[in-house]
Formats: sequence, C-alpha cells, structure tokens
Amino acid sequence: MPPPETDGPPAARHVLEFPGGYTRTTGPVIGRFLTELRAGRLVGVRTAEGRVLMPPLEYDPATGDAVSDEYVEVGPAGTVTAAAWVPQPLPGHPLDRPFAWALIRLDGADTALVHAVDAGNPKALRPGSRVWPVWRQDRTGHITDIAHFAPEVTRIVSPVAPEYRIQAGGALRVFLEGVRRGVFLGGRCATCAKVYVPYRASCPECGSAIDERVELPDTGTITTFAINNLPDPRAPEVPFVSAYILLDGADIPMIALVGGVPAHEVRQGMRVRAEWLPEDERTLSMANVRWFTPTGEPDAEL
Amino acid sequence: MRDVAIVAFAQTRHTGHDTGLSEPELILPVINEVKDRTGLRRFGFTCSGSCDYLAGAPFSFVSALDALGAWPPISESHVEMDGAWALYEAWVRLQHGDVDSALVYGFGKSSLGDLRTIMTLQLDPYYLAPLGLDQLSLAALQAAALGADQAELDDIVRRSRADGLANPYAPDPPAEIPDGFAVEPLRTCDIAPITDGAAAVVLAAGDLATRLCERPAHIRGIAHRIEPHYPGMRDLARSASAAEAARAAGAGKGPIDVAELHAQFAHEELILRRALELPGGTVVNPSGGPLAANPVMATGLIRLGEAARRIHDGTASRTVGHAASGPCLQHNLVTVLEA
Repeated sequence: MPPPETDGPPAARHVLEFPGGYTRTTGPVIGRFLTELRAGRLVGVRTAEGRVLMPPLEYDPATGDAVSDEYVEVGPAGTVTAAAWVPQPLPGHPLDRPFAWALIRLDGADTALVHAVDAGNPKALRPGSRVWPVWRQDRTGHITDIAHFAPEVTRIVSPVAPEYRIQAGGALRVFLEGVRRGVFLGGRCATCAKVYVPYRASCPECGSAIDERVELPDTGTITTFAINNLPDPRAPEVPFVSAYILLDGADIPMIALVGGVPAHEVRQGMRVRAEWLPEDERTLSMANVRWFTPTGEPDAEL
Repeated sequence: MRDVAIVAFAQTRHTGHDTGLSEPELILPVINEVKDRTGLRRFGFTCSGSCDYLAGAPFSFVSALDALGAWPPISESHVEMDGAWALYEAWVRLQHGDVDSALVYGFGKSSLGDLRTIMTLQLDPYYLAPLGLDQLSLAALQAAALGADQAELDDIVRRSRADGLANPYAPDPPAEIPDGFAVEPLRTCDIAPITDGAAAVVLAAGDLATRLCERPAHIRGIAHRIEPHYPGMRDLARSASAAEAARAAGAGKGPIDVAELHAQFAHEELILRRALELPGGTVVNPSGGPLAANPVMATGLIRLGEAARRIHDGTASRTVGHAASGPCLQHNLVTVLEA
C-alpha cells in the first residue's frame, strides 16, 4: 500500500516487483510435501528420533540431523494450539472475510502447521478446538492448495416453517371485532368482579361463565417490559419493546408493543395509549394497534 | 577474548513520518557525531545493518556508503539485519587483533511502504509467505500463545509511553492511540510505531577504548542464538533462544542495572524478561524502548547504544542490550556491558 501523499517534499509511487514472481526449486523434502498436497494428502516427515515434523523440514530443528525418508500421512483433522483473529483481512491473506490464524497440530504430527481458519467469529477457536482442511478445487502443489481450515461440524441449522390457518371464532372473534371498531373489549366475572381483557367466555379464576362485556379505554400503564434485540416480523424496528399493559379498568395486563419512545426510556408505571391504524386500514386483527405510545402523563403507582 | 568496548553512540531524532531525507542524508549526522566524539576519522573496520526491502531499492545500503567518505577504500561489510548484528560482526572482526576500531551503523525508513506486509518477505517462501502471514498476524499468534495478563501489558505500554516522552530522540507519540485489536489478541496500543531513523556506534579494542572514552562500556559477553524459523516448530510462549543467548553472554553473572530490550510488541517484553531472568531491580527500557521509537534496522543497535550510554554517563555499571530478528523473536542477540 503506497503511503498517502502529504504536503511534504514531492513524493512518487514506486512498486518493487519481480514480473511473474520468483521461480524456486523445492528440494526433495518440501517437494514431496507439496506433491502430496496436490493429491489431497497431508504428510509429515519422521525425524531420526521418531518425531513427525509437519510441515516437513529437511533437517530436524532439535538436533540438526537430516530427517529420514519416511513420510507419514497426518490429519486431516488437527487441534488448535493458539489462534489470532484478523478483523480486517489484507489483500494477500487466504480469506477475504474476517478469519483466524491458527497453529494446528494435525493428528499424528508432533509440530504445528500455521494456516487460516474460517472460524466465523473471534470466539470460535480456542486451544483444543478441532479443525479440518478445506481443499481448493484445482490444486497445483502449493501451501494454498489447502484453501483454509474450518472448525469441526458441531451443529446444523434445521429450518422449521409449517403453515396453519387459524379461525377466530368464539370470544377471540368478539374481541377482534371490537379492535376493528377501535375498542378493547373485556369481560367482567359476576362472581369475582374481575375484568379480563381480551374478552373471554369464562373466568380463569372461578370457572364461571362471563356474560358481561365491558368496553375498556385505550389507555393504560406499563407493568413490566422487555427490550428485544432480535428482529421480529411483527415489530417495525430493532430494538423494540414488548410490554405488559394494564388497561385502565382491567384487572390483568395485555401484552403489546411499545413505540414512539427510545427503548431505554421505557419504564414500569409509564402511562401509554394505543396508536390505532386509520379506520379504513383496519382488519380483524391485533395489527390494528400499531403499538402503545407514551401519553406524557405522570407515571402511575403500581 | 580481546577486550572490546562501545566508546561512542549517536542516534537521529527519529521521526514518525518520511522527512524526504535520502538514506545517506539520514546517516551523515550520526556518523559525524561519533567521529567528533572519538576524534577518529578512519576506522579499522566498518559494518552496517539495513534492509533493502524497506526502501524497495536493491543494494540501497551501497549508496548509504556515500555518508562515510569511503575513499581511499575502506574495509567494509554489511548485514541485511538490524545494526546490532553489524556490531556483532565488528566485534568478531576486532577479535582478529589486527585492527583496533570499528564504526557500526544501522538505519531504516519504515515509513516508505507498509511495514506490516513488507516483513512478510522475510518469511520462508514455501510454507509461510504464500499465506500472506504479515508481521502483526504473527505477533498476534505469539501473543495468543503467551496469553498475557492485560494489566501487565497495560503497564508496559504506559511505562514505555512515559519514558518515550522524556526521550528527546523518540518522536512525539500520537495524543491518542485508537482502541481495539489490530489482530486479536494484539491491541493497537501494543504495537511499536512506524519510525524513520539511524544510529551509529564506535567500538574500540584494548587501550584505545580508554583513550577515546572516559567510561567505556566493555563488552563482557555477546551471544546470538536462533530458533526454528517456522512458528509451529517452537513454543511461542517462551524464547528458548533468548534464554540461551543470555546464558552464553553471562547476563546472570552479576546484577543488571538496566536492560534495553528489542520488544516491538508489549507481550514480547514479557517473554524476554522471563527468558533473560531479569532481576526485579533491573530498569527495563528507560529510553521508552521500541514502543516509543522503532527505526527498523537501527532499533536493536539503539538498544546496545542506550545500554552503553548509561555506563558512559555513570548512571549504571552493568547493563544488558538485547536485539531480536525474524518472526516471533526467532533470533536473539544478548550483550552484557560493564564499566
């Protein structure tokens, strides 16, 4: 990368290049390794002392003795002994997305190979992680015939998306018809005197049938809430807040989205009002309520 | 062994950017400074350390000789390594006994290109260079192998910065170093800055040393040890070669007042301190070290110069200068200096 031009003395760009690259002979040991690599095999070389050097060297670094002519197939999997994460790959790197460098002790080897691992995230590799080579399609006898390594398969993703057709009959239909008119309908239990919203056919506490319908206002108080950071098709943005809202006059809260306010300002006791879709856009659905938004009134005691 | 001492040391006021000076222009002032300090105009031997890939010009070290006044012909050599190894060669040359003085210099302008990827060219061309393994990636692998305590690294970074601010030869550090990882776990603040600069040293043997310098820094031991080049063939958490070089140089035979360590990354200092078994009382890198100024190819020689300077000025009586080379501290050169 040439340095940026500055206001200093006159500057010129200069590239040091050897057209076509250097041609290098490999010698018998590295040549054997690269030839095996082209064939999709990983081989180390055995030293006089019996250790397996991977990648093979011509001399044992521990003793200076020439290595034997015994080549040992190792791997293909290996164990990471150290790893470093590259958040911004350079043009010469094996991968063009963030990746890890790792020292990899291939199974059967006594030394570690340095290579790139397509690990996905900086926490994916640790000493002891198992990795496998991912081979390049067209191999030429080059260390980059291994495109990179990849972590062991430890999980798969199973998409699940069955479809259902749901009919709103009974009490839910009564409630949704109210919502289409811009009204929240609840039911009062004659025995317990409690008001339940959405409207339901029987009291969950005493089991009595509920006959009395109550129209509730579209204002209420947040009793508890959660800030959601994962996208959801029902929410317009991330993060979004889903809250329990105790409508005025109701005895149990109803779950709904809260909007029109930064997520970190939402609090228990906050007074909110439903924001309705325009009348001509309403359907038989809770989507008629875009969300609840703060009224600006003082917080309520809970 | 013939007694050889460092009798003069000079360094440029290093810069964090290219000032446009040519290499001979960069070197000339420090050559003249050590000539003036010793009164010597000619030397029995001259040796320099530099790397042509920094300037991107083959044989750029030859044109640097223009700064010397090399006519009539001088006895001269060059190492494609840090100037510390030029000093080592000069020390060996002085052991022959036929010459008594040597001029050593090292220089580099790492601002001209992208040091991080230029250093890839020093790697083995079969297994490492084709992967594009760059200097910071290799350092991060070593940092990961070490697994250093962040507080210890912070201490080193903070101390180096404060000492560097007090060192008139070190460039002013940036007001703020951006947070975050260059290559995790290597943080941006753990990395030596890009620096241009040069340094020169004069060695003198026997009686000449005391004639040229009031308090010569005598080289009591000097040793170079190497580990396998390939990082997967060694334990990156330790530096066996630095430990062996320190033992061979006799570093542990007495107290060490000051150690100047060629650590270009904060975690390297931890590895080196352990390898050299530095006693608790040793002051490490009082100049700010390479984290304050890192004129590549002079940085190691400056460690020796700084260690000698503390003896010249009487503030120390026994010091260690250390230089490193190659990926992940592959080479280590340890020099023990005494008053």
